[in-house]
Amino acid sequence: MTDKYTMPDARGHFGPYGGMFVAETLMPPIQELNAAYQQYLGDPDFIAELDKDLQYYVGRPSPLYHAERWSRELGGAQIYLKREDLNHTGSHKINNTVGQALLAKRMGKTRIIAETGAGQHGVATATVAARLGLECVVYMGAVDVARQSLNVYRMKLLGATVVAVESGSKTLKDALNEALRDWVTNVDNTFYIIGTVAGPHPYPAMVRDFQAIIGREAKAQCLAATGGLPDALVACVGGGSNAIGLFYPFIDDASVALYGVEAAGDGIETGRHSAPLSAGRPGVLHGNRTYLMSDDDGEIIETHSISAGLDYPGVGPEHAWLKDTGRANYVSITDNEALGGFYALTRMEGIIPALESSHAMAYTMKLAPTLRPDQTIIVNLSGRGDKDMQTMARREGIEL
Amino acid sequence: MSRLAATFEALAQTGRKALIPFITAGDPYPEFTVPMMHAMVEAGVDVIELGIPFSDPMADGPVIQRASERALAHKMSLRRTLAMAMEFRRSNRHTPIVLMGYLNPIEAMGYEAFANAAQRAEVDGILTVDLPPEEGEECAALLKARDIDPIFLLAPNSSSERIQKMDAVGSGYLYYVSLKGVTGAGHLNIADVKTKLEQLRANTRLPVAIGFGVKDADTAKTIAALGDGVVVGSALISKIEANLDSPEQAKKEIIELLAAMRHAMDNNGA
Repeated sequence: MTDKYTMPDARGHFGPYGGMFVAETLMPPIQELNAAYQQYLGDPDFIAELDKDLQYYVGRPSPLYHAERWSRELGGAQIYLKREDLNHTGSHKINNTVGQALLAKRMGKTRIIAETGAGQHGVATATVAARLGLECVVYMGAVDVARQSLNVYRMKLLGATVVAVESGSKTLKDALNEALRDWVTNVDNTFYIIGTVAGPHPYPAMVRDFQAIIGREAKAQCLAATGGLPDALVACVGGGSNAIGLFYPFIDDASVALYGVEAAGDGIETGRHSAPLSAGRPGVLHGNRTYLMSDDDGEIIETHSISAGLDYPGVGPEHAWLKDTGRANYVSITDNEALGGFYALTRMEGIIPALESSHAMAYTMKLAPTLRPDQTIIVNLSGRGDKDMQTMARREGIEL
Repeated sequence: MSRLAATFEALAQTGRKALIPFITAGDPYPEFTVPMMHAMVEAGVDVIELGIPFSDPMADGPVIQRASERALAHKMSLRRTLAMAMEFRRSNRHTPIVLMGYLNPIEAMGYEAFANAAQRAEVDGILTVDLPPEEGEECAALLKARDIDPIFLLAPNSSSERIQKMDAVGSGYLYYVSLKGVTGAGHLNIADVKTKLEQLRANTRLPVAIGFGVKDADTAKTIAALGDGVVVGSALISKIEANLDSPEQAKKEIIELLAAMRHAMDNNGA
């Protein structure tokens, strides 16, 4: 008999990972946020409002789609896609921003800030801020501003101020640094909506809880469609919010294998990647202890991935814990393999995935043939590829 | 008695306040730092805060972040920062050195290895920006066992309960961050600092050094009247940044600013 999974502990620790590693100015607001979150988590009015928003604004439940042609083609397990790409704004990110924005409103905050990599979280934040009439500032690395210009335009349309961050590597980690600096300066009126399961406690647990709707739905849908639990779950991992959202309701189901797919960039062996669980070491960054891409001196190493959303040197602390305990398996997919996943899904099923999700598709292409046709894989299709059209066209030498 | 405690006690006996400069180790290049430390002592500083360069200094403003970037471009590291402290100590036995930085380089070295190395370098205090007492007990105990003071930050929004917690875990002095914001921000409010200091005094007997936003001699003088020490960082590093093609000029301007602060603080008339 196994104990029920209850992580994290009261102070936000997943074993040695997680915690609250922040400067003193941020301790009071984090404790305030944690108290509010614990309160509203058990408040039926809050839950009812959240459920209503998820149904009528986000468009939940998202379908669990049986990719029959692709399954046949790969000649192994039956592949089911959890269609988070069909959510309002085009990715799973909105599940979390709707929840945190309701919390911000309840706490009386008038100003929202966020960091973003691919821009999906930025768009999802700008969207809920527009709806609630809240001021919104989104920090985005200057490199990402250039490669995801479509999402920058969407955020601006929605009334957000997009700040291009020019420091460091000019990607997601630097956007997070800058958002933390903003928060420290404006703690009285500002709510920081973190987009992934990282940051100081309670963010990793809170974002997981808002994203766990993915796994809860998938479990019920899989039981209805196949009469049983899936054999494996596959999801891409940058910070890891879509993966934990899918995995979490299955953690106690020991028969379900969990596969988190990191970005191997040019290849793990080249050092140009974003795969801390596969090739990093434990350390402390952005408020929590987790696996990081850092050198022998503890300096953070620049990362690389074709997908801006996975281009981050850390990973959520719960993934670090699930790795160490062996409950989840973490694998990696290169830029080129991810492109293979992108084209395969597009042409086999008529669904264009985001480059982030394409990493999960590429791993599914490796995993499915190793399983029997009566077995089931659920893959999280965490976002749609519209935002990546310019990147893809450029790769193909086409000027849009 | 630790070097820090002795320093604050001696100052208190003469009614003076500590002048505490912050510079980043290895900025603008490694050979600049130790001679700069000695020159600052000659200009009348009491304690030196030496910044450990870090790639992602989340609580710092752009000036100190760029200082880290310049130092890292010269392959600076925690190990080399400790080596600089050791070199300084060879010819200065009395001025306390506090290393200030972020946790990850210390995690990478390992807490115990770091505490041993800091002891060998005769470092007097460690201030880790992103290590609050909730997470810092193990590290603080290792330091204290080696007579090194773990120094904690306090902020305008710190409650009395938290001040008491820092008082219990910390030693040497407490560093009061005088404003909500990053280092080098420009909106220090003297009346707010004064009110907060009353709450601090009611909850700790440790000396209180005040920093963030101290730019000139006048501010140093005003702040000195409220606390036990004044920390100045970004204002000094701005001099380095403004004179990257002439480090000697940067050094001269830093010494002039510190001397002016020393003079203003010692002639308070209050």
